[in-house]
Amino acid sequence: MTVLADVNFYEPWWIQILKSLVIFAVIFAILPILIVYERKLLGRFQGRYGPNRVGPFGLLQPLAEIVKFATKEPSRPTTSVGFLFRLAPMIAILTAVTALALIPFGGVNRIFGKPVGLYGIDVSIGPLYVFALAGISFYGIMLGGWASGSKYSFLGAMRSAAQLISYEVSQGLSLLGVVITAGTLSLTGIVHAQVGLWFFIPQIVGFLVFMVASFAETNRAPFDLIEADAELVAGYFTEYGGTPFVAYLFAEYANMIVVSGIAVTIFFGGWLLPFGIHPPGWVDPIVVLVKIVLVFTLFIWVRATLPRLRYDQLMSLGWKILLPLATLNVLVTAIVVAS
Amino acid sequence: MTIYDPSADVIEVIRTPSPSPAAGAYRAFGETLRGLKTTFARIVEGPSTIQYPEEKTPVYPRFRGRHKLHRFEDTGLEKCVGCSLCAAACPADCIRVVAAENTPELRVSAGERYAAVYEINMSRCIFCGYCEVACPFDAITMGHDYELSDYTRSDLIFTKEMLLAEAIERSPLRGEGE
Repeated sequence: MTVLADVNFYEPWWIQILKSLVIFAVIFAILPILIVYERKLLGRFQGRYGPNRVGPFGLLQPLAEIVKFATKEPSRPTTSVGFLFRLAPMIAILTAVTALALIPFGGVNRIFGKPVGLYGIDVSIGPLYVFALAGISFYGIMLGGWASGSKYSFLGAMRSAAQLISYEVSQGLSLLGVVITAGTLSLTGIVHAQVGLWFFIPQIVGFLVFMVASFAETNRAPFDLIEADAELVAGYFTEYGGTPFVAYLFAEYANMIVVSGIAVTIFFGGWLLPFGIHPPGWVDPIVVLVKIVLVFTLFIWVRATLPRLRYDQLMSLGWKILLPLATLNVLVTAIVVAS
Repeated sequence: MTIYDPSADVIEVIRTPSPSPAAGAYRAFGETLRGLKTTFARIVEGPSTIQYPEEKTPVYPRFRGRHKLHRFEDTGLEKCVGCSLCAAACPADCIRVVAAENTPELRVSAGERYAAVYEINMSRCIFCGYCEVACPFDAITMGHDYELSDYTRSDLIFTKEMLLAEAIERSPLRGEGE
């Protein structure tokens, strides 16, 4: 058996399959709820109700929309590159789902008498794996925008390329401080290192830089310039409709869950509770999910507040402010840890 | 402060001094927090939407909605005497009145004649209220009902019976100081 995880025990193959199915099912059940949650909360931020007609409190709104999208006639522009046009949304959703495996929802628990880690996989290169998948998911956007054969999509794809090079470096550097402090790259190891003090207090600069870079990574306001509804229709997925559109939409929200999960794991103590409360093991996933929703709320709050940045403003923010801040943070942390 | 001279080739623009990078970053951070506070205040405030079919905007007492024809309360006779002054005053030409003589057997109105046909075409009416002003007997007034949509145009021609009937008060009236 190949050992991908540095976990000191072997999980039977059927538990690994079961785990991945449960994580997939739970997250994909939460996604539509998060979408309607965002729309309702965004409405409240703007002094209106948001969707509240379909089902109780508008909770069935995403269901109605999924039915609508699924029954739409598939179409693509004559100028599009067929194969890539179909492949791009799959890349986007696949990488987003794969990254879900990284989020630790809890420690090691005994289920059916066997030790089971409440996470998809605990790789010894945690954050690097996340960044690798984020880098691949960017191909979903890039290829989708280019293969559409439309100028709006192409402009969106070009902007996403410019965006990627401005945020990715600082995003990586922002986590380095935590990695230095925790002394491990394993995400569960980082959580265990936070017993007593969550990392967002000593690493507040790293946290801020990470969040700003995450807004850029998930194409959320104020860095949603690759979608930029006002000028680019919908950016890279202008030409998509029906289920491929849903794939992009779900990929975006799954990415937000992943980024929120990483932020929770690295800066907010994962499944740990403050004030030394130690609940039983089955509470851990709930704690993580609640924290994820709270970070997700921050995403919505910022979206409701900040106007979109211009292309060059984003790049100067990334290179002139975030990168020096993240570097300084790493340097200071390294000196403090070494001394 | 120089005075603006339109004939000048070069106009000096006075700008505020550009902030230093540190001050700019600090200001951007502060303004972001202020913006977050502003949007959060909207949540505390609650939505200002009026959910129309369930909630309705209250109308003012002098709101000009659907017309009403009136009867005398004591005798039950119609106030309208079929003089057609409302039809003459109507700028949209949406009122049609055909008058007929009252007879001792059939006394409909208090006057000499009555309106045998009284129709208002609501799809043409502009709700100006001139008919109300023109009427010498206060037989026609503007009500408060503004929900007048229908499926066919012919359904929007209101007959005398419809206008005389006790109007369903579907529009809430605005109270004092609202």
